[in-house]
Order: sequence, then structure tokens, then C-alpha cells
Amino acid sequence: MTLTIADVDHVASLARLGLTPEEREQMREQLSTILEHIALLNELDTEAIPPTAQVIALTNVMRDDEVRPSLPVEAVLANAPRRSGDYFEVHTPLGGDEELP
Amino acid sequence: MSAGNSSTWTELTSLTAAEARRLLDERKISAVELAEAHLARIEALEPTLHCHLHVMADVAREQAREADARIERGEAAPLTGIPISLKDVLCTMDAPTTAASRILEGYRSPYDATVVQKLREQGAVFVGKANTDEFAMGSSTENSAFGGTKNPWDTTRVPGGSSGGPAAAVASGEAILGLGSDTGGSIRQPAGFCGIVGVKPTYGRVSRYGLIAFASSLDQIGPFARTVEDAAILLEAIAGHDPADSTSSPLPVPTYRAALRPDLRGLRIGIAQEYSVPGMEPGVATAVEAAIDRLKELGAEIVPVSLPHTKYALPVYYITAPAEASANLARYDGVRYGLACEASSLREMYEKTRGRGFGAEVKRRIMLGTYALSSGYYDAYYVKAQKVRTLIKRDFDEAFERVDAIAVPTSPTVAFPLGARLDDPYQMYLADVFTVPANLAGIPGIAVPCGFSEGLPVSLQVLAKPFDEETALRVAYAYEQSEGWWRMRPPV
Repeated sequence: MTLTIADVDHVASLARLGLTPEEREQMREQLSTILEHIALLNELDTEAIPPTAQVIALTNVMRDDEVRPSLPVEAVLANAPRRSGDYFEVHTPLGGDEELP
Repeated sequence: MSAGNSSTWTELTSLTAAEARRLLDERKISAVELAEAHLARIEALEPTLHCHLHVMADVAREQAREADARIERGEAAPLTGIPISLKDVLCTMDAPTTAASRILEGYRSPYDATVVQKLREQGAVFVGKANTDEFAMGSSTENSAFGGTKNPWDTTRVPGGSSGGPAAAVASGEAILGLGSDTGGSIRQPAGFCGIVGVKPTYGRVSRYGLIAFASSLDQIGPFARTVEDAAILLEAIAGHDPADSTSSPLPVPTYRAALRPDLRGLRIGIAQEYSVPGMEPGVATAVEAAIDRLKELGAEIVPVSLPHTKYALPVYYITAPAEASANLARYDGVRYGLACEASSLREMYEKTRGRGFGAEVKRRIMLGTYALSSGYYDAYYVKAQKVRTLIKRDFDEAFERVDAIAVPTSPTVAFPLGARLDDPYQMYLADVFTVPANLAGIPGIAVPCGFSEGLPVSLQVLAKPFDEETALRVAYAYEQSEGWWRMRPPV
């Protein structure tokens, strides 16, 4: 599996990951090599095999629906790079130069 | 390499947790003395080894004073006053938690991880937050954004990873015990490279609440110790159900120390030819074969078993773990905590922040995982990997119908030189070839020292059935007690 720079750019865009031109080329080479090793899986016929999502026997773990104390607002906002009152502050998500999904 | 030759290797820093417990309870030593001895060791060694990203000297001294008061009241718990090193992916309220990443530099968690809380309740002493590969992604600790850790047996070599910091700290006497996390071998492999004991518990045995998530279906927290008994003590302290982690098991926690016996009579131990691979070092193969002969002498019946899908474990892991990581690491977006780069739009802010905040290996895994989950590739990569994961788990299920435990090498090589695998990611990934199957199957594994090859520690890995840590510990303990490897000290 050989990736193109366009593949790298598409995936980086999905991951919201800014890459330098050098990183893009290195990523293209290294991911292509890793995907070649991963292609080993194609020699197995897994048509009838169910996928494993998790390995333990627990399913549908529920808890009582009770109101409990949560972290104080000040503690949660203490690490915020930008805050506005009791809120995290961000750029406008839509409009401006943002592309719509 | 017989006895430590540095002036700060003292009787106090050579104690096991079990020995220290007895001396503390008999008032022959104090928790404050014990903490000071380890802090002195840290001060002497850190310029060379760099095991810790943050030394918690003030916290440790305060905890030690409280421990002495608690012991005086006759209320000591098994870990009261015992110095412990915490991998820096475990959230602590009284020290930074960074996952060795620039993106979390200076981050202060508003809560403690459940395991941290449990150790606090026992009155343990936290000496520091230990180094790791960034977000626990790596096999050498060289991916730490704040500089790597050196192997105490040979400071030109890696300590293994990702939990190289706590492993090297326990091996070198900077702490008596350590806590790490193991997603594909990140406790067992560095324990092996540093000549100590490391346990990856069954998935669900230990709460993951407050562990910075890497791959949520694989991650487990587990102990580092210089003896199997100490590892059993620490595992017992951290195991158990936690309402804050819905994947933690409600099964009762056994008294692990009660499972430790000097012989292996009545046990069937499997050996698997699939754990002999090209690139395996002869010195490792020889030491592991000798260890398996010893298991037989101790009374175990050795039974060949087949784990035919072993060679697919690494490819399955390097789809599954990056896929889960790409989702888990989406939270580092510069909004709620961590690095935030200036930008003119939200999207630009995300891309700049993540581009600057993450290191090369983390970016590689986010890319790989995003690719494997992306439209058009999801079935070919992610679903395929989860199907092969089923086959790997079935291999173990079938083998464990015939045997009580499986004994294999922890790693195909001893600790490799610093820098040797940095330019070739897949070579680095191969360091985990014998450890990833246990994570994919969810089973417990313990790494125990089994000799030396060219002066560097070799490690035996004992795998057991889900929630049968007792058998894994029993096998490792009987082996350990029949040999003297654990008394060897690195030359630092």
C-alpha cells in the first residue's frame, strides 16, 4: 500500500493535524511501510469470524440515575487556555472562513 | 553488577516493600528516613538516568510524616510509608500530569486517578511522576518530549518503554515500587529491560479512571517491583471494581500473596514455538530455555501448545491501538486544557496546536489510526483487525483448556542502544512482538528476571487465564525464589 501526498493531506485534515512539508513526506513514506507490514493480515480468510470489540464478559453496565456532586467549575476551568466567565472561550465554529462539514 | 557501588545505594534503598513494611512496623526505621534515602538516591541519579519528569520531594516528605504518625497509631496498611514512582500518565492533583507531551506541559489534573487515590488511602509515599514515551506510545522512552531515560544497567541503552521511567526508577533504587500502564507491553518490556518484575493485569482488573487514555480496549495499569511478592502486594492494593470505570470487573480481589508458593507441583505450563522469531538473540533464547527447565524442576509439567495466530498480533495491534488513540487524542484541541496556539479561526487553532503539541510518534499513530478508521478503509483495516483479534483470543482460550499458564520470553532482545531504532518505526514496533498478544486477548502477564545476556537482563513472561493473576504470580514467584537474579543490582 503506497500512500500519496494527497492521501496524507486528507488524513491529516480529518485528524485536524497540522504537518510541515517535511513531515508530510516522511509520513507518506513511513505510513506506507507500516501498511505493507499490516497487509500480512490479508492472507487470513476472516469472512466467518466475528470481530472482537472488547475482551471481557461485561455488557450494558448501568448505574443508578442519581444526582452526585461534580467537579467545581473553578477546578475545571483552571487549565483553560482562554475563558470567558464560567465558559471556555473558542473561535466561532461556523461562519467566517470555516468550511461546513 | 553484583552489588551497587554508588554511595547512595544504601540498605534503605535496597529494601523490598515487604522488608520495609516489617522494619517500619517494628519501628526499626521511619517512613521519613526511608523517603529521605530515596530522595537522596533520586538527587544523585537523576542527572544520569532521568527517570522522573517531576520529583515530588515536598509531597513525599509530608506523606512520610503522616505515615510515621499512622504507624505510631498502629493503623498501618501494607503500603503505608512505601516510596512509589508513578508513571506520568496517571492523574495526580498535587503534581503536574503531562504524559511526557508538550501538549500537556504544566497540566494540573483536578482529580486523582483511582489507583492514585487507593495508594493515598494506604498512606503510600509518592516520590515522583516518572518518564514515559509521549502518551505511552513507544518501546524505548525516547519519545518523551522532555528527554529520554537511560537504562541503569548500561546508560548507553534504552530502559524499554513506554514505562521506562518507573521501571528504571525501581531498578536503580529511586523507588521501591512503581506504577505503569501497559497497552502493548509497556510494563512488561521495560521491566524486562531493567531486570525487575512487571505485571500487566487482566483487562478490567484495575480501574483505568484517571489514566490518560491511549487505547481504551487494551490499556491496563499495573505494578513494577523488584520481587514478585512486592508486585503482588501492589496489585492487591490497586485492583478491584470502580464505579468510575464501567469496564472494571466486579470480581472480588484475591489475596495475591496467599498464592505464592515455592513449588509448581500440579501445574501444567505451556510453551509455544511461535515465540521463537527471526531476530531473537541467542542469549535470550538460552536464558529462557534454562528458565523453562527450572520450572520443570520445580514440579511443573511442561506442555507444548500452539498459538498459530501469534504472527498476526503485531499488525492487529498497530491498527487497533492507533485507531483507538486517534479517537482518544481528539480531546487535545487547545480548548479546555494544554497548549493552545494563536490562530485566526477554530480550525487553524486545532491544526496548529496539534501540529506543534504532538511529537513525531504520536502524530504517526494519529495518522495511522485516522486512516484505518476513515471512510473506504474502515472494513479493510479496522474491522479486519478486530476479526483477527478474535482468532488471537481463541488461540489463548484453546491453549488454556490444556494448561494453567504459558511461559515465553518477554522480548526477543535485551535492551538496545539509545537511538538504534528511532529512524525505523517498524523496528521499534517489533520490540513488542511478544507482549502485544496478551493485551489483544485481555489476559494477565508477568515479566520476571531470568538471567543475563552480555551483562544485560533477560526476562521470562508468564501468561495466564483472564483474572488468574494468582497462577501467573505463583509461577513467577517459585522461579524467582529458586534463583538469585532479583538480588542483582545495576552498577549505578
